[in-house]
Order: sequence, then C-alpha cells, then structure tokens
Amino acid sequence: MLYQDALRLLPELFLAGSIIVLLMYGVFSGDSKTRSVVILSFATIVAAAVLVWRMPGGEGVAFAEQFQSDTFTRYAKILVLIGAGSCMIMSMRYIERANMARFEFPILFLFATLGMMMMISANDLMSLYMGLELQSLALYVVAAFRRDTLRSTEAGLKYFVLGALSSGMLLYGISLVYGFVGTTGFDQLNQVIAGLRGEGQPLPVGLVIGLVFVAAGLAFKVSAVPFHMWTPDVYEGAPTIVTAFFATAPKIAALALFVRVMSEPFAALTDQWQQILVFVALASMILGAFAALSQSNIKRLMAYSSIGHVGYALVGLAAGTQTGVEAVLVYMAIYLIMNIGTFACILCMRREGRMVEAISDLAGLSKSQPMMALALCIFMFSMAGIPPLLGFWGKWYVFAAALDAGLTWLVIIGVLASVVGAFYYIRIIKIMYFDEAAEPFDKDTGAETGFVIGLSAIAVVGLFVFLAPLENAAKLAASAVFGG
Amino acid sequence: MILQAIAFYLFAGVTVASAVMVVFARNPVHSVLFLILAFFNAAGLFVLLGAEFIAMILVIVYVGAVAVLFLFVVMMLNIDFKAMREGFVSNAPIGVIIGFILIVELLLLVGGWTIQAPAIGAIATPIPPINEVTNTEALGHVLYTKYIYLFQAAGMILLLAMVGAIVLTHRTRPGIKRQVIADQIAKGHMDTVSVQKVPSRSGV
Repeated sequence: MLYQDALRLLPELFLAGSIIVLLMYGVFSGDSKTRSVVILSFATIVAAAVLVWRMPGGEGVAFAEQFQSDTFTRYAKILVLIGAGSCMIMSMRYIERANMARFEFPILFLFATLGMMMMISANDLMSLYMGLELQSLALYVVAAFRRDTLRSTEAGLKYFVLGALSSGMLLYGISLVYGFVGTTGFDQLNQVIAGLRGEGQPLPVGLVIGLVFVAAGLAFKVSAVPFHMWTPDVYEGAPTIVTAFFATAPKIAALALFVRVMSEPFAALTDQWQQILVFVALASMILGAFAALSQSNIKRLMAYSSIGHVGYALVGLAAGTQTGVEAVLVYMAIYLIMNIGTFACILCMRREGRMVEAISDLAGLSKSQPMMALALCIFMFSMAGIPPLLGFWGKWYVFAAALDAGLTWLVIIGVLASVVGAFYYIRIIKIMYFDEAAEPFDKDTGAETGFVIGLSAIAVVGLFVFLAPLENAAKLAASAVFGG
Repeated sequence: MILQAIAFYLFAGVTVASAVMVVFARNPVHSVLFLILAFFNAAGLFVLLGAEFIAMILVIVYVGAVAVLFLFVVMMLNIDFKAMREGFVSNAPIGVIIGFILIVELLLLVGGWTIQAPAIGAIATPIPPINEVTNTEALGHVLYTKYIYLFQAAGMILLLAMVGAIVLTHRTRPGIKRQVIADQIAKGHMDTVSVQKVPSRSGV
C-alpha cells in the first residue's frame, strides 16, 4: 500500500530528495560551484520529466486521496518541467553575468518546480494549498534575489504582500467550502455537490461564496483581471531570467490547477462559476490588449501580453465543456513554447554587459543580428495569431470550443481584442526591421540560449504539422478530468 | 453549569476589553501587552469549548512567537505612532461602516448555516468521542499516518522558508576576525615567547 503510494509520488520524491542533496553539495562547496549545481539541477529536471512520462505508479490516488496521478497531471507536469528546464539552462550564464551566481538560485527554482508539481497533482483542497504555498514562497524569494537593487526587492515585496493576500482569500474560500460541504477531497466534493444538485435542494449560500473566493484566489495566481495588478511591476522588477520563469512554468501550473478545481470538485456548479470565468476572460483579453499599447519596456509589455494570453486560455475553461478543457491544454502548450522563445530573445538584449529593456533598443536588430531578429519576428507573429504559426492554432481551438458552448459574443470580443493585440506585437517587428539601427547587442550569449531560441522558433513555425499528436495528448488529458 | 457561565463571561469580557485597549492605548508597548492578554483569554475560551490543543497552540504560537515579534518590531523600528494615529477620527466612520457590513455578512452566513445530509456522511475524519481520547491524541492519530503527505509537504515549506531567509539576509563580510578555538589551543609558548641572548653592557 505504502509502496504503491510512494511509487505514484516518485517524481516528486525524486525531486525533493535531489533538492536536499544539491543543497548539501552547494553548502559544502560554496558559490564557486554554482555552475555545476545548475547543470545538476537541469539533469534533475530531465530525470523528473522521464519519471513523470513513465508514470511508474500508474494512474490513481495516493496518500489518503491527497495526491493523484493521471494523464492530465502527466500532461501538465511535462509542460511545467519543459518550462522550468529551459529557464534553468538559460540561467546558467545569466546569473554569472548578472552577478547573482549563488548556488541557492537553481535550488529555489527546483523548490518552485516541486511546488508546481504538487499543486497539479493535488486531489484535496489541503494538498492544493500546500503545493501552492511551496511554489509561491520560492517565487517570492527569487523575485527579490538581487536584494541590492531597489527594483528587485520592490518586486519581491510587492509579490509577497499581494500573494499572501490572495492566499488568504483562497484559504477563506476553502474553509467556507469545507464548512458547508464537510469535506475537502476533490472526489467527495464532486459527489456531495452533485448529490445536493440532484435532489434539487437550494444551494447553501456559503458554498457559493466559498467558490467565489477560491476562484478569486486562483485568478490571482494566473494573473487574470481583476487580480492582475501585481504582474507588470513584478515582471519588470524581477531579474529577467526570473521573469522568464514567472511567465512560463508557474503560469502553466496555476492554469492547470484552475482547470482541475473548476471542472472536478465544482463540476456540478458549472452554471455558478461560468459567469465568473466569462467575466474574467473577457476583462483579461481586453486589458491585455489595450494596456500593452502604451508600454515602452519589453518586460512590462510581456506582462500585459501574458495577461491577455491567460484571458484567451480561460475562454476555453469558461466554455465548461470537455472540448473547452482540451483547448486550454493545447493553448497552454503553445503559450509555453512562444514565451520561452521570446524570453530567450529578451535575455540576449545586453549592451556592454548590461541588460537593456526598452523596446526601442531593438531598433535595427535585423541588420546586426538577422537570425535573432527573424526568430523574434516569428514569435511576435505567432503571439499575434497569424496563421499558420502556432499561436493562431491555440486561439482557434479555444474560440472553437467557446463557439460550441454558445458563447458567441465572447468569441467576437476575443477576436477583436486579438486584433488590437496584434498591433503592439507587429510594432516590435517594425522597430526591428525598419527603424534606424541602434548599437548592436553583445554577442557572447552562450550556446544554450541560442539553442532554446532556435528550437522554439522551429517549433512555432513547423509544429502545426504535428498538431494532431498534441491534440490527442490534450484529449487524453482532458478525458481524465471529465471521465473520472 | 454556573461556574462555566461565570468563566465564559470572565474570559469573553476580558478579551473584548483588552481588544479595545489594544486600539486605544497610547503607548504601543502597552497595546502589544493588551494583545497578549486578549490571546490568553481567547485560549481560555477554547479550553471551555473542550479544544485544549488549539488553546495551547494559541498560547505557544501567538503569545510565544507572534506577540514577541510584535514587541521586537515596536521597540526596534522607529515608528512614529503619532503620525499613524492622525486622521483616526475622520476615518472612524468608514471603519464603522466596514465593520457593520462585515458583521451583517457574518450573521447572514451563520444564519444560512445548514449542513446537508450527504455532507455529514462525507466528513473527512470523524471526531472521536471527547471522553475517550483527548484532542491532541486524536490529532496525533491522523497527522503522522493519514496526513503524512501534508506533514512532509509542510516540512519542505519550512526548509524553503529557512533557505529563503538565509538567501535574502546573509552577507559575507570581508575582514572579520573570527575566533578559531583549535588555533588558540594549539598555540604553545614557542609561538609567542622568544628568548633573546642579551650581551652584557649593550642592552637589547
């Protein structure tokens, strides 16, 4: 029994064990060995991904139904590990150049990754909260990692205070749900609530209030409007590699959690949460498109862009159907690839050893670094949703699912918002190709970053040929949420 | 019965009175001390409810750790409490309105408190009868067995908190002289005393 449980938990156990071993290694060999800690952490992530893929314990729940592993958790965890692994390998040279090469940095990334895997696999509101806290706590620390600079500490503090507030809201909601339903387990919640609805009894008011609070707490973690205020400041203030991490892995994990919580324990309350999600998706898409128009800092721009993308992903969830969840999963994968590529390009924006972040610094990139300009151009076109690039297909899936569910006006507004959004993505391309050339960037960016850029650019251009396997994987994952 | 009633009104009365004093005391240190008094009396209320574990946790965690932390903050940071108190009267109506809304919401919530039959069957861990096992024992039965996953997860969070605190505050300062006890013990008279031959009539 315990053996079977431990086998299901193996990827997490492996990650936790590696964290402790690497921590010891780092403590005893000092900051001079940071590079080898980063490489070992990367190897740990790869090994964890293999374990997740193989699923040694099979599908099912473990540890008194606190933890679950199925095709959905596998899909989401693989995405998270891809995001975390790419950021890890790109951080190797970045932290040395940025003068923050301390061995704790990769270990904090690993802690955050462990937390994300735990929240994806949560099968109980309690284990959900534990995973979420582990992830958030690690992220607060890495945001403030450059403690000597005002902006980084401000980002860390702001994220911490608002994150603690959102955790409070989430916990308040969880306690209300527990108080009115009498359980925190996902499966039992699903049964009890379905039972209440089946008997046609009036819903307890407290349960609905609790649901709203839980949704608000989760919306904060995915930075959806109206809980997005922290995103631009934190993205701008944190070190760029940390921003890249924020925009990829934690976002995927939080979205997966959002999908799971809404469509498993609260499946019988779909009519109650659907209106919340429609509003959140709508507001995120519109704000993401319009607020980004006037940005001059590329990290801030990416923050608003990610708010907009979360809006599009939530359109799929708002549909409240299995196809909708499938579309969210496909969107998550596509969002991940585009963002890793874009942030890898942003990490290359350095002049004389210093990071530059203004959009105008990209001027004339097509002449000094044509390959990078081409890659960034591909990512921007993809984010804007120009067919046949990958970004178009992500939007296509979510909008198709929403149309199926009868949310026509939401789709119309979404398409309009993406037209507005296309303006600022294409503006970057115009600056790169048609503006007066600025000074060229430093070229010693390292092979890993170039490799990540190349790989994601090829994926964005060519992967639409292989959309069917991705769609099948998403279909299998979504069926785990709805079939069970 | 009458004894319990007296105890309840004593604890409840002192809790409310000291909570009021937390807000109105002029000296911030007095505020913290009144807060500690409020915690103690709340713990007494928990004991009356038969929840002695929560009562002890309240004393240990809130009085022992949180309140002491407050005292540290009050004493170590130079906070201008005069300035913070400005606008108290003008903001008071807003506070009263928010408090009133909160209380109405709470009353609505408690008023609508119904636990449906399926919910009673689904209660995650039934509470054992209080006259057979104590709270602490009942918690101990499930905490390290059924909820081992959560317990270990909490352990990881605490480890992370420690690593994070060290990362954000630890600095290595150059040029600090440290005591090395082994060196001190290993030191013999040969290292510190030198014998000089002094030729007569010439001095050192």
